[in-house]
Amino acid sequence: MNKENEILKQTSSVPKNGIIENKDVLNGNNISSKFDVEKIRRDFPILKIKVHGKPLVYFDNAATTQKPQHVLDELNKYYNEYNSNVHRGVHYLSEKATGAFEEARKKIKTFLNAKSTSEIIFTRGTTEAINLVAASYGYENIKEGDEIIISTLEHHSNIVPWQMLCERKNAKLKIIPLNEYDELVIEEYEKLFSNKTKLVAVAHTSNTLGTINPVKKIIEIAHSRNVPVLIDGAQAVQHTKVDVQDLDCDFFAFSGHKIYGPTGIGALYGKENLLDKMPPYQGGGEMIRHVRFEKTIYNDLPYKFEAGTPDIAGSIGLGAALDYVNEIGLNIIAEYEKEILIYATNEFKKIDGLRIIGNARNKASVISFLVGNIHPYDTGTILDQMGIAIRTGHHCTEPLMRYLKIPGTARASFAFYNTKEEIDLLVKGILKVKKMFE
Amino acid sequence: MDTGTIQNIENEIVDEFSVFDEWMDKYEYIIEMGKTLPHLDEKYKTEEKKVAGCQSQVWLNSKFENGKVIFEADSDAIITKGLIGLLIRVLSNQTPEDIINAKLEFIDKIGMKDHLSMNRANGLTAMIKRMKSDANEFILNQHAN
Repeated sequence: MNKENEILKQTSSVPKNGIIENKDVLNGNNISSKFDVEKIRRDFPILKIKVHGKPLVYFDNAATTQKPQHVLDELNKYYNEYNSNVHRGVHYLSEKATGAFEEARKKIKTFLNAKSTSEIIFTRGTTEAINLVAASYGYENIKEGDEIIISTLEHHSNIVPWQMLCERKNAKLKIIPLNEYDELVIEEYEKLFSNKTKLVAVAHTSNTLGTINPVKKIIEIAHSRNVPVLIDGAQAVQHTKVDVQDLDCDFFAFSGHKIYGPTGIGALYGKENLLDKMPPYQGGGEMIRHVRFEKTIYNDLPYKFEAGTPDIAGSIGLGAALDYVNEIGLNIIAEYEKEILIYATNEFKKIDGLRIIGNARNKASVISFLVGNIHPYDTGTILDQMGIAIRTGHHCTEPLMRYLKIPGTARASFAFYNTKEEIDLLVKGILKVKKMFE
Repeated sequence: MDTGTIQNIENEIVDEFSVFDEWMDKYEYIIEMGKTLPHLDEKYKTEEKKVAGCQSQVWLNSKFENGKVIFEADSDAIITKGLIGLLIRVLSNQTPEDIINAKLEFIDKIGMKDHLSMNRANGLTAMIKRMKSDANEFILNQHAN
């Protein structure tokens, strides 16, 4: 375990303008010799398809990930063999469904190293989780004149819920600036605190830039001033191990579909003592203990925040996805993705006129780029014709785009089923784009 | 400007594209179309003239002359500009009624239907809507006078 951490440390600094020689990577031991990517790819049926007659090269993983057969099988199995509503039946199917549903919750608890399953709330995804905290914790605790700190690189889902809250409560948003490496400036972050600061909400990893933020430090600084922190983990959990106790974050949100699970499911982690004091988010069945017209008594955690029939299939699918990821090992995934990122970054740097947007010294496997003056939409359209799926636009980080003074970027985001050969195809595609538009 | 009915011009375009087998040739042709689009005066590149709902910036200016609508446009994405060039070839210098009723089937016939889909935050769908709505404005103004 320690040796792997050592290796990761050595490869974590990418010189800004330099090119890394392969020998710097993992002490010359190529991770791909340990990691059978071709075998992994066979687990993902969609990777076989053809797009416009060409093999699919799927580089849009930050938007959503593809699903391994294991997840698809478990989803199918649920509906084929034990679909039933949870928590209320006395019959066999409902027992089985409830068991699987709660087992999935337990898997998330273990995955994040939360203390208790009471701290794991199923949501539709990261966006709903953040809205839940804003509507419940936020509404209860933010008063007129209070301040909430977010950052320049946030996704709209970690901006708008706070804007809406601030509007309602006449509170203020304060924004952590970036430095020339597209990293958060911690010294400036500290200066943003005042006696009115009530919450910090920050992304673990930037979906547009790939920047991995020093969230542990951010949380320490906030806690030294008695301010709780919400971490948007949408781009974290699929790339690296997240330990919510070690981070000591107060809230953590992530989406199932970004970690090889189905769409429509995600989770909010919250410290039990905080969740306990928070009023419910949505009302209805499941989140109650007794309903009387005079007064209704709410259910215990986590059910207090899970109104209505949950996405049972989704939760089971998410549990299966976590099993799959754990089977491979997040450390192995992180090492492989680092290798892919370094390879792609080096290849990109050889392309004349290509500008990488997002040069943080600590990055996840995401590369935003611009090819000369070519509009990213043009780049993406041509790459699509070649079977290559990237994303173009502002990536739901419009304020970041305005700060960087660019209309948008082309973004390639890698998963552990992507290969160097695919990156070579992307490079070829970019050269073709250059030829067509310059 | 092309003369002739909308349908005639659409047919012309479909003919022109029929010689292309390769997607690359089609796109290169579209890129050329964009390059030949008449320059849009900078004074029309305002927020008001912008076509909303696009990844690229698209500006459209409409004029009403002698019973016909004249369109001018520009975009900062070259493929979008090319497609706009085609739309202007078809719809510019036509009566408002013809514009509003145009089905624009040529887009599908030349294999560019993907660029019409709601999924694509590109200028095309929003553009067509704007052109028709601008044409409609001229009809309403006529009746008002």
